[in-house]
Amino acid sequence: MSGIKKYDAIVIGGGHNGLTAAAYLGRAGKKVLVLERRYVLGGAAVTEEIFPGFKFSVCSYVVSLMKPNIMRELMLPRFGLELLPLESTFTPLENDYLIRTADADQTFREIARHSLRDAEAYLRFGPLMGQIGMAVRPILETIAPNAIRPSLSDLFAGKKLLDHLKTLTSEQFEYLTKLMTMSSADFLDEWFEFEPLKSTMCASGIIGTFMGPRSPGSAYVMLHHYMGDIDGAFRAWGFQRGGTGAVSLAIARSAEHFGADIMTEAPVEKVIVKNGQAVGVALENGDEYTSDMVISGLDPKLSFLKLVDESDLPSDFVKDIKNFRIRGSSGKVNLALDGLPDFTCLPGDGHHLRGAISISPSYDHLEKAYDDAKYGNFSKAPYMDIILPSVLDPEMAPPGKHVMSCFVQYAPYNIKGGWDDQKRDAFGDAVVNTLARFAPNIKDIILHRQVLSPADLESIIGLTEGNIFHGELTLQQLFSFRPAVKWADYKTPIKNYYQCGSGTHPGGGITGSPGEMAAKKILGQWT
Amino acid sequence: MSYRNQFNAETQLKLSPFFDRTSQLNESQEWRRWSGYLSATNYELTHENEYFAIRTKAALLDITPLYKYLIQGPDAQRFLDRLVTRNINICKVGQVMYTPWCDEDGKVIDDGTVQRISERKFRITSAEPNLEWLEYNALGMDLIISDDSVTTAALALQGPNSRKILNAVSSDSLNSLKFFWMMDTMFNDIPVSISRTGYTGDLGYEIWMDTNDALFIWDLLLEKGEPYGITPTGLQALDIARIEAGLILLDVDYISSRHAIVESRKSSPYELGLGWAVKMKKKDFIGKQALGREVTRGPEWEFVGIEIEWSELENHYRNVGLAPGLPSTAWRTSTPIYKNSEQVGYATSGAWSPILKRYIALAHVKSHYSKIGTVLDFELKVEHFRKLTSAEVVNTPFFDPERKRSCPE
Repeated sequence: MSGIKKYDAIVIGGGHNGLTAAAYLGRAGKKVLVLERRYVLGGAAVTEEIFPGFKFSVCSYVVSLMKPNIMRELMLPRFGLELLPLESTFTPLENDYLIRTADADQTFREIARHSLRDAEAYLRFGPLMGQIGMAVRPILETIAPNAIRPSLSDLFAGKKLLDHLKTLTSEQFEYLTKLMTMSSADFLDEWFEFEPLKSTMCASGIIGTFMGPRSPGSAYVMLHHYMGDIDGAFRAWGFQRGGTGAVSLAIARSAEHFGADIMTEAPVEKVIVKNGQAVGVALENGDEYTSDMVISGLDPKLSFLKLVDESDLPSDFVKDIKNFRIRGSSGKVNLALDGLPDFTCLPGDGHHLRGAISISPSYDHLEKAYDDAKYGNFSKAPYMDIILPSVLDPEMAPPGKHVMSCFVQYAPYNIKGGWDDQKRDAFGDAVVNTLARFAPNIKDIILHRQVLSPADLESIIGLTEGNIFHGELTLQQLFSFRPAVKWADYKTPIKNYYQCGSGTHPGGGITGSPGEMAAKKILGQWT
Repeated sequence: MSYRNQFNAETQLKLSPFFDRTSQLNESQEWRRWSGYLSATNYELTHENEYFAIRTKAALLDITPLYKYLIQGPDAQRFLDRLVTRNINICKVGQVMYTPWCDEDGKVIDDGTVQRISERKFRITSAEPNLEWLEYNALGMDLIISDDSVTTAALALQGPNSRKILNAVSSDSLNSLKFFWMMDTMFNDIPVSISRTGYTGDLGYEIWMDTNDALFIWDLLLEKGEPYGITPTGLQALDIARIEAGLILLDVDYISSRHAIVESRKSSPYELGLGWAVKMKKKDFIGKQALGREVTRGPEWEFVGIEIEWSELENHYRNVGLAPGLPSTAWRTSTPIYKNSEQVGYATSGAWSPILKRYIALAHVKSHYSKIGTVLDFELKVEHFRKLTSAEVVNTPFFDPERKRSCPE
């Protein structure tokens, strides 16, 4: 069947961004083909029944920053998008706990239990971060201008940005600058004194990066996470009914509604480049498909160092892509449970199990976890961001049973001696042992354990080095520099070859933004 | 008759030390949140009796949710004088001063009372938590700031009979206690301090006590006050009384500059009708420079009382075949005010005054339109349609009885 059907565009990778790009192109009347390597759609936003009756959001486990306009334009609620609120963040400590909820009075009272000053500062911190987030959003939502050889439209976009920056108050500008440059620990030290509050808040500054809470630059990552946007409310994270895979499926159904063809178990071997121009793809099984353009939703390393020949690319670009930092730093442990974890500091069932559970009792806990990784080991006592999807959506597990999703940091991709089965087990044990310090019953209720090292994330999901964001979200890899300077506008040095994954502006997370903006960029050019 | 019921609901909200009693008395089971506390909206099914208790008998209100801070030490006076806009250096022991306080830009952070308990000890009350701001400004000063909010319970006893009730329970006579002064006394061997202050614009007192004594004092007041018509009173009645008294409410009539987010939401004391409380002759205080500039150029906005013209309002209702309808409780929705079809202000709270039989509101208007007697257009919704009706800028307090300040012969 090679070369039978000609498509307007072929999207490589059925992750949520690839699907988003396909849906937008389909919506504009283009005939699109999506090719997914695995048997299941979603990429890192995937739900799988790893153990009978238990559904795991295998990798990505919460939704934030998903732009409401994408939900509306692609009619995602109609195709199954249902985001449930994550109500709280619970930080268990040895003999106490900290819980922050959606209610201001309740949270004030709880923080005041530890520090009155912090409770007051927290009242001001949230709105200020919201304001900074609002100030940054237009930057994130602008197609990044070419900073080196700006075209007229780049200059126009640049001016728009400068005009926007001028609208910021001096306080906003001050904090924006601090967030761009400081470590999350230093930034939070200016505001708060109760360490578990700070270490929990700063944890979002290290997620997906190879940095510790005291590493400069981590404050920006924290802001990036602060901009979570559900129903227009800033900093609200949500859980998709049916797991994150259901988000991908909703986008896929939308893409199909708009006429896209989607093929699974169709791994792409190469992008076919003729005369410096992408003209189609060749699958591993030898099938070829031709199209006017090819769009890669894979990460920059795969898009440029594997799918095409280096000889088709300018050498400075190849160098930039090789230097692009994509160090995997996290693993994922998914547990099928016979019941709920029982926390020593707050026993029993309750509101605290409905939200995020953060194993981040102190800066030192996080920094020591980072130290292990710096020297090539996984953290013996890692930082964890945990949710219990089955508490929010009982259909994730059989009645009375539960699933637990543990995002675990740090687990370096380049571990000493490389990852093997023994190390994976030891890593899983470290996670369970750390958890058991706070919820001792955990060991007795585990029915099944899925441990994913960064190497597993690479081999199963296709994330180079297991980096969940297709490249770290540090400032030098964002905006006009993502993934490489001059090529932050979804184009590539190869004509008609585009990129739309998390390795492009504005970066990772289940946002749909790279896919949406790539499609809009393409459509703007393509009449 | 009433239904006996067992309310055993768990709550995540704070409970005042009086809750054991207030929860038993609250027949409406209507509660509001006040600084994270469960506070009675009204005890009876409607607030009217409670409102008239304030104006004709004596109303007992649990005001524990107020934030209270103790400032003690050699620098306490210097600190407070720098913090607030009024002159604390002339505040005598036993005196109380109402005052706003500002940020460096002269925008109001909060307002409350400063009590001088002794030479070196003060209590300051506020609507929002202020510990962070107080401590921030106390750097390098020889004093201790302690949050007294939880350890000190407070009741307001307001209304023409309030003095008689206190005289019946107190070991000392209240007859010579002047408006905005305070005294320490005993209720059956239990020490309390009483300030002649309140949020109703009537004769009234606020009683400050140790949390552990709260229930005893509540019971004692209710027992001794019974012949004088003492009435547990909720926030709905209080809201009408404070509007009649022309007293502002944080987060309703203005927003703290610490939480305002945008500049346009902030207000200077001049823009809140508190110019009288800004003592520019004082050596220095936070915000003085900015306020000095504002005095020179004149404030952009002013905070005024308005009275909505009744006959026009009545006509609007008559035109749709209805008798005039007004909300029976005080409202807090921002309502536009126009002059010649241009919006020149907005009212932030208003109520039908049952004692004055006038429809009154508190409003922010551009300074040009703030002169007493100026007639503006107030937006009114009559059967879902917007209408305009005349409203005149008038003096506040709308209600100001002589008994508020007077002492018996």
